Order: sequence, then C-alpha cells, then structure tokens
Amino acid sequence: MVKKKKGIVISDKVWLLISLCVALALWYGLSLGEKTSRSFPFIDQVVPAVGTMIDRGAFWKDIQSSLTCVSLGFGLGFITSLPIAFLMAWYMPIQKIIEPWINFVRNIPALGYAPLLVLTFGVGQKPAVILIWICTFMTMSITIYQGIKNIDTTIIKAARVLGANDFDIFIKIICPATVPFIITAVRLGLSAALTTLLAAESTGAQAGIGMRIRSLANSFDSPPMLMYIILLGIIGLLLVKVVDIIERKLTGWQEKI
Amino acid sequence: MAGENLIKLKIDNVYKEYVGRKGKTVALNGVSLDIKENEFICVVGPSGCGKSTLLNIIAGLLEPTSGSVYLDGKKIEGTGVERGVVFQGYALFPWRTVLKNVMFGLEIKKVPKAQAEEIARKYIKAVGLEGFEHAYPKELSGGMRQRVAIARAYAVDPEVLLLDEPFGALDAQTRVQLQTELLNTWENDQKTCFFITHDVDEAIILAQRVIIMSARPGRIKKIVDIDIPYPRTQATKTDPRFLELKTEIWNEVYQEFLEVRK
Repeated sequence: MVKKKKGIVISDKVWLLISLCVALALWYGLSLGEKTSRSFPFIDQVVPAVGTMIDRGAFWKDIQSSLTCVSLGFGLGFITSLPIAFLMAWYMPIQKIIEPWINFVRNIPALGYAPLLVLTFGVGQKPAVILIWICTFMTMSITIYQGIKNIDTTIIKAARVLGANDFDIFIKIICPATVPFIITAVRLGLSAALTTLLAAESTGAQAGIGMRIRSLANSFDSPPMLMYIILLGIIGLLLVKVVDIIERKLTGWQEKI
Repeated sequence: MAGENLIKLKIDNVYKEYVGRKGKTVALNGVSLDIKENEFICVVGPSGCGKSTLLNIIAGLLEPTSGSVYLDGKKIEGTGVERGVVFQGYALFPWRTVLKNVMFGLEIKKVPKAQAEEIARKYIKAVGLEGFEHAYPKELSGGMRQRVAIARAYAVDPEVLLLDEPFGALDAQTRVQLQTELLNTWENDQKTCFFITHDVDEAIILAQRVIIMSARPGRIKKIVDIDIPYPRTQATKTDPRFLELKTEIWNEVYQEFLEVRK
C-alpha cells in the first residue's frame, strides 16, 4: 500500500491493474506499426491462438513435454546440488577441484554445448532433461555452497559452548541456517531451468514450448508464437509465486534489511 | 561461604601467537592468573590486547600455543558446558524463538522437553522477558537479545560464565540496566564470572578484581582490587572510592592506549 499526501490510497492490486493497462497500450501501439505488427499481433489474435494450437493437437502436449523436462531436470539438479554443495563446504579439496569447473561451464551458453549431449544421448527428451539438470545443478550448487560458507561462525561457536558436537551442529545449526540459501538456489535454479528450456528443446524434441516457438518462427506464424512466449512468462511467474509461499513458510524468522 | 577461597580457574603462563601473512603476531605473552570460585573478574585493556583471545582460550574455542588453563585443577581441552559464553554479537539462533534459543543447551543435554521448558521459562523470567517466549530474535531490541543470550548461557547452569564485551553494542541506558540485572543475577545465583569490557565504569561497578592488560603482546599489567561492598548500584558511581579507582584504572588503560597508537 502506498500512501499519498492527499490521502488517496492506491492498493497493490490497483497498481497491478494500472501496470497491465500500460503494457496493453504499449502492445497495442506496437501492433499498429507497419513492421512491429509482424512480431506483435494484438491480444485479439494471440488469445485465439490457444484454440488453434489445441485444435492442432499441440498445445497440451507442448506444455506437458516442457513441464516434464523442467521438473525432471530441476529435480535432478536439486537432489545432486545439495550434497555437492555441502561436500564443497566441508572438504576443501572437493571445493578446490570442482568449483573452478562449475564456474567455467556456467559461463558457456547451454545452446553451445547442447549438440554434444545429442551426440552421446541421442535426440528427444533425454538430452533435454540432462541439459537442464546440468544448468540447474551448477547454479544451485554454487549458491548453496556460498550460503553455507557465509553462515555466521559465532552462532556455531555459541552452539559448541552449549555442548553441541559436530553432528548436532550440522543438524541443528548448519541445516536451518542454510534454508534461506537453499530457497534462493531454488529460485535461481527454476529460472535457469526455464531459460535453458529453449536450448534444451533444440536437441530434436518432438514437442515442447521451446521447440514449438522455434518451429512457428520458421513458418512466420507470429500469433501462436507470441502466445507461447507469453505462456513461458506466465509459467515463470507462477513458479516464483510458489517459491514465495514456501519461503514465507520456512524463513519467516529471517531478518529483512 | 563455603569454597570462597578455592581456585576455580587457573590460567598458567598462557602464550598465544598467530601466524599470518606478515609473520608471527604474539597475542598473549605469559599470562597467569588465579580466579577464585564465584569471583567476578573484569578484564580491561585497549583493543588488540588479547583479552578476547584469552576468553576464547578459557572457553576452549582456541588453543594456547603454550601454557594451560585449569578448571578445578583439571586441564581444559576444548569446550565444555561448565563454561558458558555470552558473545558481544549475541549469537542467537535466528530461526529459533526466545524459548527455543534458551532451550538449546538443554536439548543437547537431552533434558526431557517438559523439564527443559520449565528451566528455560524460569531464566527467561529472570532476565525480564516473560511474554516474549515465542518471539523471534529479529523482533527484539539489542538489549532484549543480549538478555536472551544471558538466559541461554545460564540455562545449562555453567560454573563459569565468560562474557566477551556483552554490553558493548548497547546504548548507555540499556547497558546500565543490564549491568544492574547481571549483578542481581550474580548475587542470587553465584557463578565465577570472567567479563571483558573496555568500559572502566562498567568494570568497577561489576568486578571484585579488575585486570588491566597491556597492549600487544598482551600481558597482565596490573590487578586492582575493587574494595567497594556489594550491593552496588548506579549511585556507587558517585562514591569517592569509585572515583579514585576510576582515575587509577583509567590512567593505566590510557597509557596502554597511547602505546598502541605509537
């Protein structure tokens, strides 16, 4: 809620509505331009594209295929990044050996090495899942590792002088203190998963949002293409909302600066 | 009182050096001190005189390079619940409520939950935080946080309480209030207290003996007996004897401060 001097109170929902109107106006403007209208057909063409794609039998298949890739890849990334992050924080040699390579590969666009995966794993969903796995793993393991490293050492000392042994400290101090960093990692990991989706589905996928955007682009069919792009954005927003809810539940104790 | 003159803590020729990039730094050089049971000791000295290092060695969080510390005649190795610590930065567990923070040490000790809660509530009440049992640290002021830290240290019933500039980060009024509370607690439930501060007034109000440490390398420069009877209050600060002691200690500390600046 923002309070104005005059006493007019504009709620967040109203702001959202205003922001939506501004975006629609901009979009409408773009849809009028001679050249920009090729990329930005207005909403009256984009929304019906959903029906078109359902009729073509692609819409649900695409969503299902993409969500499967994202959730499998992200899930594997999450499960593997947790132990690796803890191992890196606990045993210096592991960190010294692994971390430089994660940082090295992390800066290479996934689209660059996606063909390598196809050579080994063939075409289809398998290399797509593996690609998302690699990308989410790298982002999340580094984030969680750095979080563990930044845990305030005095609280570990405080636990130790109260009689805690290494096991107690791991379970009762390190784990809860790491939760906020794990949530940040999940946030970044999900975003990495979505941004890698296009690269992942360039590996000869049979369906999928990324694959469909590419194939619609080849036939200059912009209304459904724009619809799919917006769909990606909506999925991203929904995932962020879910993480927000989890965060509020788990880390309400955290001090906000 | 029984055991009044027993030596609780014996610091025997403790020497500590740190090896850094610029070579060796001697933090403590031959520190020896006998602390009696239930005695309240304050340590003052300029920054970098090794007073925190000494406290960490007594706590078992640091190992001396040579020399030893004995508790009841037994050499200290590592941390132990008989030595409680209150840190300057409170060091509360932010994901635990006040009650759960105070219960932490009891949980580790495997005290049954109901009993642990009862003990924790007793100490929360003693530090005046009744009604805040379910608050998280982020909801508390600095003074309240330090009260939680004190209750947490007391809850496991240590024999020795080590306090590392516990009130250093607090405003003047809160600090005075907490000093009074700490004194009351100590008078009711006597423990051997080893209290580090850079505030000379604080040291004289609290301590039976004030240890003045010299600048690097840290040594004990002088020990001053504070012969002002308890109970001491803020009114004690206008006592002529208080002012005498304050001048004496202040001059010693100030010399060391100048030494550091050279």
